[in-house]
Formats: sequence, structure tokens, C-alpha cells
Amino acid sequence: MALLSKKDTSLILDPLADNNPITIQVLGICSALAITAELKASIVMALSVMFVLGMGNVVISLMRNIIPSKIRIIVQLVVVAALVIMVDQVLKAFAYELSKTLSVFVGLIITNCIIMGRFEAFALANGPWRSFLDGIGNSAGYGLILIIIGFFRELLGSGTLLGFKVLGDPIEKTGLYAIGYENNGFMLLSPMALIVVGLIIWVQRSRNKALIEEN
Amino acid sequence: MSLKSNLHNLKEKYKGKKMAPAFNAIHTFLYAPNETTHSGSHVRAVDDLKRTMNTVIMALVPVLIFGIFNAGYQHYAAVDAANGVIRQASLFGNFLTWENFIMGAWTVLPLVIVSYAVGLAVEFLFAVIKGHEVEEGYLVTGMLVPLIVPIDTPLWMLAVAVVFGVVIGKEVFGGTGMNILNPALTIRAFLFFAYPTWMSGDKVWVHQAVDLAGGPDAISGETILGYLAQGKGAEMSYSVSDMFFGFIPGSVGETSTILILLGGLFLIYSKIASWRIMVSAVIGALVMGVIFNGVVDAGWITETSKFYGLMSFAFWQHLIVGGLAFGIVYMATDPVTGAQTNRGKWFYGFFIGFISVLIRVFNPAYPEGVFLAILLMNVFAPTIDHYVIRGNIKRRLKRAKNATILPRDGEGKAQELKAETV
Repeated sequence: MALLSKKDTSLILDPLADNNPITIQVLGICSALAITAELKASIVMALSVMFVLGMGNVVISLMRNIIPSKIRIIVQLVVVAALVIMVDQVLKAFAYELSKTLSVFVGLIITNCIIMGRFEAFALANGPWRSFLDGIGNSAGYGLILIIIGFFRELLGSGTLLGFKVLGDPIEKTGLYAIGYENNGFMLLSPMALIVVGLIIWVQRSRNKALIEEN
Repeated sequence: MSLKSNLHNLKEKYKGKKMAPAFNAIHTFLYAPNETTHSGSHVRAVDDLKRTMNTVIMALVPVLIFGIFNAGYQHYAAVDAANGVIRQASLFGNFLTWENFIMGAWTVLPLVIVSYAVGLAVEFLFAVIKGHEVEEGYLVTGMLVPLIVPIDTPLWMLAVAVVFGVVIGKEVFGGTGMNILNPALTIRAFLFFAYPTWMSGDKVWVHQAVDLAGGPDAISGETILGYLAQGKGAEMSYSVSDMFFGFIPGSVGETSTILILLGGLFLIYSKIASWRIMVSAVIGALVMGVIFNGVVDAGWITETSKFYGLMSFAFWQHLIVGGLAFGIVYMATDPVTGAQTNRGKWFYGFFIGFISVLIRVFNPAYPEGVFLAILLMNVFAPTIDHYVIRGNIKRRLKRAKNATILPRDGEGKAQELKAETV
């Protein structure tokens, strides 16, 4: 007996590729554009969303039978808000510089469509264990795209990865900079993040033709 | 066997193969193919895409040649200036010289070659992958790109930007004729946002200005708009005729207003470009210029304002400096990305001129806005067309409603219907 049944495995693996929240469901785009200029911020954002969505899904799933359906959105918001404030406080306490970089976007996890979407679509109808897996899977799919975008934006925009100067020093002209390479300032602007998301969608759909919508 | 029949045979041999579009492209590029359409209704006209493109390129050649001379001239003028000699431009005296031409060709032609090689490679690649014919769309773009970048743009930057512009600006929308944004301006915008230090400032417009600036007398390769933006209009040594004939620093092909004007007249005469867009864009620029001049005259801003230099610039001179003339004639009139309806073209052109001067004056980082204005209006062109067509439908419906339908002989419904459809 494997740790996870086949159905449970697909809960985690599907959102990574063929049912990705960002590239297929096109949710959570705003934060993917806003905080991905640095890889570190992307990773922290991905982890924060993973925590909020995993915990939130469990909590909502546990309460799913006692939440009156008329006020369920408010209840969901209260749960998300509580979790987000926890994340925010932890970041402020242990990674103050980073929390300044992420600024309002940690708070804005509340409005991340993926979270409310999973609460509504999954946690309200499934048990806590499966909801937890679903939350982890979807936030991992979200985080994966965030990290890919963050990787390219930081590498091409600043020439660094996680703050390490992998391409050389632009001021002292070492490494690639010695032969005239320059950082691409466009990569640091949000429009380029949208274009990178578009390119990821393009690559994904040209590899898997079944994902292309009829029109 | 001639090259043409050789190519034709290759085409037959590779029919249906993956590389077929590449051979077809070379064949149709060099010769007119023998194939004719056999079935279906079709209109045969001589002005096919290839001829249209070639006409535009012909209109660009004088600008390119002037750009080559000017690149050399500005370089040697800067060398002189570094030695404390101020040059006075004279067309046959010190402008049309071999020295200028060789130096200019040495710097400009690599830009042209890289632009064409990279752009056409991307086009061929997409044609082979997607299995369609190579279209001639890049021929004009490839010529425009080197003309709208600063002379010392590093070639690899240009190559990266061309790949970006052709793929993101054109191919993702479906290739030539389907693009929303002008690909040449997409390339320019990419360069501007990605490598701003190479695209603006006072060191990029003259070849090797950075090295020369180390000399005893610091030289300035500043554009006229750059001078004005810094409020140093008085230090500028260029006369109005210099601006009009183009003996000024700037992007390679944008300086000579008179040659651009001639190219524009040629395009209007050959009916390739829309005179409505050109005229309305000029009007738009003049209106905005007059408004700014009016603001200065009314004393609403003081001389200490950082916009004073550009706002007090005589309104008609906006047309002969910077990239406005080049943008209006060669970029705004792009038939794919511009407005399609005649009435729409007036709005489209007007706002290009209007917004160009607006951005030029208020852009804090870079005193030029033509390419941004045209890209913006590219996006709005379908909307403009939509409302023009809607307005037309409304007007005709109204006319149909108010039309008195005269009853013919007999009161039969058939006659009434017939009258309504008139």
C-alpha cells in the first residue's frame, strides 16, 4: 500500500502541469506579475501561499458541514485572513527585509483567486486529508510557475540568482559583463512578467495539444 | 539552367517536405513564380505584398544613405569638437565626403545586416515549423529597425530585440498581417525598456561619443530634444536649416526631415501609405505644440519649470526634430496596425501627433515619445474603427428610417418591401 492512493497522487500532481492554476485556470496572475522580480521573493511567496492554502483547505473542509451556505464567503475570508496575518507576522519577525520587499502582497494573498477558488471548488465538498493534498498541489503548481518566472526575471534582469552574482559583477565588469553583456531592465518591469507567463503557456500548450481551447 | 528554374526544381523536389517554405521563399523573393491560381474567383493586381514592401524600402533608401553620411559626419564633428573646433555643416564641403561615408557605412551597415539576418532567420524558422509560406512582412521592418536605433547600439542587443519583436510582436499573433503592434516599434520599445542607458542620454547618438568625451573639451552628442529637456536650448549650435536637412545627432535615419518628406510624398504618390494619417498626425502635433506655446505665453509656467525648455520650443519645430517625421511617414502609416477606415485614420493620425508631442514634453526620463504614441494608437486602432463603423451603421439606419417610401402602383406588400431595400 503506497502512502498515497492513485487518486490522491493526482490531486498533487495535476495542478503542477495539466491543471496548473496559473497557466491553465489563469488564476493568481496579479501576484505572479508583482513579486517575481526576485527569485527569493517568489519562493517565499510560494511557501506562504502553500501554508495558507494547505491549512485553509483543511480548516474549511473540517467546518464544511456547519458553515451556513449564505455566509460561507465571509467565513472563508476570516479563515484566510487569520492565516495570512500569521504568515505576515512570521515574515516580519524572522525575515524583515524580505517582508518589506513583498510589502502588501503578503496581505493580498487574501485576494488571491486560487485560494477562494479551491475553498469553493474543493474544500467545501471533500474531506480534510484530500483537501489538504489539493491545497498543497495547487499551491505547488502556483509556486512552480512563480519560481520559473522569478528565475528568469532575476537571472536576466539583475544577473543574480537568490542574490548571488552568477553572471559576474556589472560594475566591476567581470564574467559575462566583461564581454559587453548587460542586464535587461525590461525583465524587472511587470509587463515582461506577463510575457514570460505567456511564453510558459505557449510552451506548455505546444507540448500538450489537448490543452488548446477550441475557439 | 538558370537559377530560377533551379529553384523551381528544388521547390518541386521538396514539395510537402518540412523545408519547402524556405525554398519557396527564396524563389518568390528573387523571381515572380510561374504558378497562377486555377480555380475560384480572384482579383489579380500588380501591387502584391512584395511590391508594396519594395516601394516602402525604396522610399527608405535615401534616408538610409543620408543616415550613413550623417553617422560619419557626427563622429568627425565630435572629434573636431573634442579638439575645440566647432564644425559648420555644409552639404558638399564637409558632409558628402568619402571619409564620412566609410565611417558611417562601417557603423550603420552592421546594424542593417544583423537586423535582416536575425529577423529573416526567425521568419524562416516559423515558416518551417508552422508549415506556411514565408511572408515578405519583415523586409520593411528589417530596414526600419536600424534606422530608428542609436548608432552605437551593440549588435547583440539589436539581435535580442529583433527576436523579441518578431516573435512577441508578430508571430504569436499569427504572422505578417495579423499583428496588433508595429514590429519595428516593438523592437524599439524593447530596447528602450531593456537597455535604457544605450537608448537615451547624450552619449549614444554619436559614434564613439563615450570615448571622445574623455578629451580635454567634453563634447556633447546630445540630441536637440535632449538639450531642450535640460533647459539648455540656448547652448545649442544647430540652426533650423540644420534640423530640417538633418545635420544633427539622432537615431540613424530620423534626422533628415526633407528626405523623409520626399519619401512620404513618394509613398503618397504610389498610394502605399495613407495621406490622411500623415496629414492628421502633423495637425495633431501642431495643435499640441500650439497649446504648449500658449501655456508658456500665458505665463502659466515659469522659466524654472523643468518643462519650460520643451514647452517653449516653437510649435512647428517639433516636426523637424526627433523621430516625429520619421514615425509619422513610415511607422504610423503601417497598413496592418493602423486604422482601416478613412474617418478612423483622421482620429488615429491626429492622436499620434498629439500624444507624441505630449509625451515628448512630459516624459521625465527621455525627451521623445513618438514610438510610444504610435504603439498606443496601434492598440486603439481597432476600437477607433469599431466606432467609426458603428457610427456609419447608425447613420444609415437613421436615413433608412426617415426615408419616405413612395407606394408604387398597387398596395401589394412586395412593392413596399422592394422600395425599402433601395
